[in-house]
Amino acid sequence: MADKAYTGRIVVDPVTRIEGHLKIDVSVKNGVVDNAWSSTQLFRGLEIIVKGRPPEDVHNYVQRACGVCTTTHSLTSIRAVENAMGFKAPPAAELVRHLILATLIVHDHLVHFYHLHSLDFCDVANALKADPVAAAKLASQVSGREVAPGDLFVVHGRLKKFVEAGQLGWLDNAYFLGGHPAYRLSPEENLVLAANYIEALRVQMKIAKAMAIFAGKNPHSQTMRVGGVTCYEALRPERLAEFRALYEECRAFINHNYLGDLTILGRRYPEVAAYGRTTNYMDFSDFHDPETGKDPFFRGGVLWGHAIGKAEDLDPAQIQEHLSRGWYKPGPPAHPYDGVTDPDYTGYDPDGHYSWSKAPRYKGEAVETGALARRLIAYSRGEKETITRMDAWLAACKLKQENLFSTMGRTAARMVESVILMNRVQGWLNDLEDRAKAGPVELYREWKMPDEAKGVGFCAVTRGALSHWIRIEKGKTANYQMVVPSTWNLGPRCDKGKPSAVEQSLMGNPVLDPDRPVELLRTVHSFDPCIACSVHVVHAGGKRSFRIL
Amino acid sequence: MNALAQLVARRAEAEERGVSRRDFLKFCGMVAVAMGLEASMGAQIARALEGKKKPSVIYMHGAECTGCTEALLRLVDPYFDVLIMEVVSLDYCETVMAAAGHAAHAALQKAMKNPGGYFCVIEGAIPTRDGGVYGQVGGQTMLSLFTEVAGKAKGVIAMGSCASYGGIQAAAPNPSKAIGVGAALKPLGIAPINLPGCPPNPVNFVGTVVHLLTKGLPELDTSGRPKLFYGKTVHDMCERRPHFDKGEFALTFSSQQARDGWCLHKLGCRGPWTYNNCPTALFNQTTWPVRSGAPCIGCSEPGFWDQLAPFNRDVREKGDDA
Repeated sequence: MADKAYTGRIVVDPVTRIEGHLKIDVSVKNGVVDNAWSSTQLFRGLEIIVKGRPPEDVHNYVQRACGVCTTTHSLTSIRAVENAMGFKAPPAAELVRHLILATLIVHDHLVHFYHLHSLDFCDVANALKADPVAAAKLASQVSGREVAPGDLFVVHGRLKKFVEAGQLGWLDNAYFLGGHPAYRLSPEENLVLAANYIEALRVQMKIAKAMAIFAGKNPHSQTMRVGGVTCYEALRPERLAEFRALYEECRAFINHNYLGDLTILGRRYPEVAAYGRTTNYMDFSDFHDPETGKDPFFRGGVLWGHAIGKAEDLDPAQIQEHLSRGWYKPGPPAHPYDGVTDPDYTGYDPDGHYSWSKAPRYKGEAVETGALARRLIAYSRGEKETITRMDAWLAACKLKQENLFSTMGRTAARMVESVILMNRVQGWLNDLEDRAKAGPVELYREWKMPDEAKGVGFCAVTRGALSHWIRIEKGKTANYQMVVPSTWNLGPRCDKGKPSAVEQSLMGNPVLDPDRPVELLRTVHSFDPCIACSVHVVHAGGKRSFRIL
Repeated sequence: MNALAQLVARRAEAEERGVSRRDFLKFCGMVAVAMGLEASMGAQIARALEGKKKPSVIYMHGAECTGCTEALLRLVDPYFDVLIMEVVSLDYCETVMAAAGHAAHAALQKAMKNPGGYFCVIEGAIPTRDGGVYGQVGGQTMLSLFTEVAGKAKGVIAMGSCASYGGIQAAAPNPSKAIGVGAALKPLGIAPINLPGCPPNPVNFVGTVVHLLTKGLPELDTSGRPKLFYGKTVHDMCERRPHFDKGEFALTFSSQQARDGWCLHKLGCRGPWTYNNCPTALFNQTTWPVRSGAPCIGCSEPGFWDQLAPFNRDVREKGDDA
């Protein structure tokens, strides 16, 4: 039942459809969240495990930080070691790495939207009431490509058979079953989303396959190494053609279906474009020119407040990790080169230590990182494609620029980024193909590991700013720190008690039905939590009723 | 519904029946081949699977990276949507399930009371240091929760190297004292089917599930792996094996020999020590690491993160002799 006046505490544990385990615990006052804490619940200690190992081997280990963003940790580790050696990989190897990273980001955005997030908006059961012919008309209109009614009949029939069989499987106990006031798509809109949910399962498989042509496998690529890449086999004309065909198919789905579905959501859920706000935005640069190492396609920076047009450059020396609210031995805020990972579990205490996560801060402030941060920074820097596509989406949904700073804005930014990135992939692929046609391509260069060095790898990955920091002593890994996007977004408060991005974003969220708080899921999911660990978001709040869901 | 719509509907339904049936038979045939049976066994498998209530599967996540789940999403025979809509009932899986919080927990409780029982799949290792506080789900340690769920299951599958043997977090010095499912469940007398790999090939998962449903427990090796999929070494099935036999080795990754696809043995390939079907099953239906020029790191072997490392070394530097 909708309960707009609900006051009390809500715990959602586990939050599902994320990477890892997550718990949300918030305080709600008159149907609106007024405070929240975020706390990771799993410690694996990869930074400790890689100590003493050969630096060139570390990327294999840290890649296993995450099987969703998988290859990004491997690439970032390789960049850190190559940076420490003062080494530059051959341009063709950098092109291959671009193609691997780009397909990974787009794959990730797609799976996130359809399979981790869309059930927050799409009532699959309600889709059974749809008229597939009307749904096809709608799908054709929003996607800009002809959708055959027969296709939607097939999906409709399959869903009907599935539901009538009585085993709801992964849809059992969904918040939308039996109707939910915060789910507002029409039956036809629900059918379009549900059909694309299924179709996206097949499309993501194809993007992953395209990526594997260069990566050797997906998840967890194996061809990227310190020194370059090993996939000479992928440069054969038939392999490049295989990649191109898969890529074109996926690109069409993104340009039409993904874009169309975000238009449906933006139109139907204007309130989701009004909550979920954070304050500051930051991301790194990536996709540098493979020859010069300059002119990144993703240009990083920082945006303070919501001052569109005033993005500033990033100074990595200003990154520090705070420990005082995490389960670690106490210490002052430290730059990642000097960071210490010394676990000390003391039990859950929201006023004290409450997370396995450290709290990274930029110039002492919490920042949001990820696709929305990147697009806002690009928008601020006047990058045309971002401005055109963001504005087009806003106009199609009758939303304003300020609506970008929201849960829906975060979700739409991923779609816009996917479109832009897929457009750019073509250029990198053509470049690589031209090189392969011209003769033997250099994909790997020999290197020598220094005895003493330090290095950093930056990467603008799916979920935001990822950096790995390595100190090499006696040719071995002496210290290793990973500062990951979900730590920026979902970490705990800092030494000064300032909340993290997700903690900020939950405040002000409405909760229509405290038994089924889908609005909280929408906001937490909009960050695409990928933490290989769980997060508590816990409220401090006084003597209110306590409800565990 | 207007007349045109009805016409389209009838045609679509007919197509749907045809397509599903074809897909399903193709899938069963594929599974038969993956299980080392004649493709004609596919029809028999299809008969065994059809018409029954879909078997319930509870999929738990421990100390892991979700790479194994991601690998499952890449399934083609059958597609993941066919797997969860037409083959099994995926009653609990935090990565994809719609329900959250209490509703998710209720789904778990309901599935555990399923009169037909359930299969339990566990991805990830289980932290045990300090009573397991290094990994908790819903305020319960993974150790306690998984013991409860697995203890009542008809069968337990350890999905991936972490669940099988502890995996990455169990690498030295194993800060959270993570262990595999088999080690954790030993006091209960439960031995899981181990499907190691980082990630495992999803084909091996589907093949194991179908084997369980149609023929019962597959034969396992001493490391708990189905011999159907892990019976031979990567080295024995490697497409670069002829180069090995002729003593044709790539000595650097920048060499002409590396370009020409020569044996990676001296660049650290762990294929001779590694039991898995990567060369025949392929990843993503298109390649596998050695085909793409990358040495095998032995990711389906117990303790490979320590025992087969460092990976970027010629095996001779480890003092081994192939």
